[in-house]
Amino acid sequence: MRSLRSALRSRELSSTAMLALTGLCAVTAVALLVGILGYLLVQGIGALNWTFLARLPVPVGETGGGIANALVGSAKLVVLAVVLAAPPALLGAVYLSEWRDTRLASAVRAATSMLNSVPSIVAGLFVYGTIVVRQRHFSTFAGGVALAILLLPMALQAAVVALEALPDSLREAALAVGASRLQMLAGILLPAAAPALLSAVLIAAARIAGETAPLLFTAFNNSYWSPGWNQPTASLPVTIYTYAISPYNDWHRQAWAAAAVLLIAVLSISLITRGVLDARWRSHERS
Amino acid sequence: MHAGEAMNVPDCCQNAQTASAMRDEADASVKIVVQGLNAWYERRQVLFDIHLRIPDRQITAIIGPSGSGKSTLLRVFNRLHETVRHARVGGVVLLDGLNIFTLDPRSLRQRVGMVFQMPNPFPKSIFDNIAFGLRINGMRDHLAERVERSLRRAALWEEVKDRLHRPATELSGGQQQRLCIARALALEPEVLLLDEPCSALDPVSTARIEELLIALKDTCTPVLVTHQMQQAARVSDFCYLLLDGRVIEGQPTRQLFTTPRDPRTEAYLTGRYG
Repeated sequence: MRSLRSALRSRELSSTAMLALTGLCAVTAVALLVGILGYLLVQGIGALNWTFLARLPVPVGETGGGIANALVGSAKLVVLAVVLAAPPALLGAVYLSEWRDTRLASAVRAATSMLNSVPSIVAGLFVYGTIVVRQRHFSTFAGGVALAILLLPMALQAAVVALEALPDSLREAALAVGASRLQMLAGILLPAAAPALLSAVLIAAARIAGETAPLLFTAFNNSYWSPGWNQPTASLPVTIYTYAISPYNDWHRQAWAAAAVLLIAVLSISLITRGVLDARWRSHERS
Repeated sequence: MHAGEAMNVPDCCQNAQTASAMRDEADASVKIVVQGLNAWYERRQVLFDIHLRIPDRQITAIIGPSGSGKSTLLRVFNRLHETVRHARVGGVVLLDGLNIFTLDPRSLRQRVGMVFQMPNPFPKSIFDNIAFGLRINGMRDHLAERVERSLRRAALWEEVKDRLHRPATELSGGQQQRLCIARALALEPEVLLLDEPCSALDPVSTARIEELLIALKDTCTPVLVTHQMQQAARVSDFCYLLLDGRVIEGQPTRQLFTTPRDPRTEAYLTGRYG
C-alpha cells in the first residue's frame, strides 16, 4: 500500500516537473517574440510616426525622412513573387498529392526540398546572373523573381501537406458518385482545402517579405519612388540593412523603426491567415 | 461470357441454383454474378475464387469477421478498389450480364452507388451534397425536385427541409449517414452498396437506416456488408458468409441462420469462429 502511494507520488512529481519544463519552453518561445518586438519598438519608437510611413527618405542631416517607397517597393516585390510562384506551387501540390506514385512526383518532391534549402543569397545570385546582367539594370521584376524562387518550394510543400491532410473518405465519396479525378479535385478537394491552401501561400509570402539577401543585387535600392517594374526599388529589408550599417544615429533609429514596421506587417499577415482558417473551421464545426 | 467460365461455378453457394451462368445472364432475377473472383493487395491474396450471385431487388447481406474480405468484395462491385494502391483483381463480375470491367468506371458507379462505414458528407451544404453528383452526371434539370425526392427516400427531408443550405457537417451522425444514402439514391442507382453503414451509429439511427433499406427494395438492390449477424438476420433476404477471403455458404437468410449447411457457418453463427 505504501509502495503504491510512493509510486503515485513519484509519478505526480515527474508529471509536475514535465509540465513545468514544457511550460517554460512555451513561455521562452513567446518571450522571444515579445522581446524582439518590444526591443524594436523601444529602439524605433522615436522615429515611428505618420511622416515616417508616408514620406520619402531624405539625405543625411535633414530630418523627417520616411520609408514610403520601401513600403510600396516591398509590397510590389511580394505581390509579384506571389503572382509568379503561387500558381505553379498550387498546381504542383495538386500533382504531388494526387499522383503520389509517379516517377515525376518523386523527382519533383526531391527537387522541391532541395530548392527549399537553397540559401537565399544563391537565389539572388542566380537572378543576378540570368536577368540583371542580361538586362543591364536592377529592377523590381528581378527582385520579384528572386523572391518567387524562394516562395515556390515553401508554398508548394505547405500546400501538399494541406491537400494530403484531406481524408481519403472524401476522395472515395466523390469517386463513388461517378466523379472523374478532375471533378473530384475541382468540385470537392480544392474547395475543402481552400483556406489551408490560402494560408500556405500567405505564410510563405510573410516569410519572403523579410528576405534581404536575394534583393541586394536584384532589386537593389532606390531613394525615390520606383514606378513600373523595370527600375531598381527600395524595400523594407534592404532599407533596414542600409540604414543599420550606416554611421549615422538618425539612420540607426530609422532602421529600428523600419524593422518594427516589417515585423508588425509580417505578424499581421500571419494573424489574418489564422483568423481566416479559424473562421472557416468554426463555420464547419458549428454543429 | 465463355462456356469455359460457366463450368467453373462450384456448388458451394447454390442449392437449387445449379443453373449455369449462361442461364443467369438472361435471368432477370439475378442482378450481379461473380465468377472466380480473386483479389490481391500487393502479393497478399485477400479474396479466393469467389462465386456468388446477388438477387435483384432483394437485400443481400455479406457477413463475416473483420478481415474476411467483405469490404474488398463490395468495393470490387463498383470498382472502387482500383483507387487503392497495389490492389489487383482477376475474375468476372457481371452486372445484368455485362462484365463490369469493360464498363466505364464512372457510369458503373452511377449505376452502383455506395455508402461507407463512416458518414462522409462533402464539406458543402446539405443541398450541394446531393446536387454535386447530379450535376457531374448531367442530371441538371429539376435539380431541386431531384434533391427533395432523394432526401424523402432517405427519410431525411422533414428534418432538413428548412436548412438545405446549411453545412452538412451540422447534422448528427445518423442524419449524415442518411444524407450519404440520399446522395447515392439521387443518381437512381440499380444497386446500392453499403459497407457497414451503421457501425458508427446509435441503435435508434441504426433502426431508421434498416427500415429505410427495406423500403428501398422496390427500386434498387441493396448489398449490405455487416459484421453484425443480427443486422443481417433482421434486414436481409439472402446472406453470404465470408471467412478468410472465401465464400463459405450462401443461402436465403432464414435458412442460413436456422439450417446452415456448412459446419463453419454454424460455428461462426454461434460465436465459435472469428
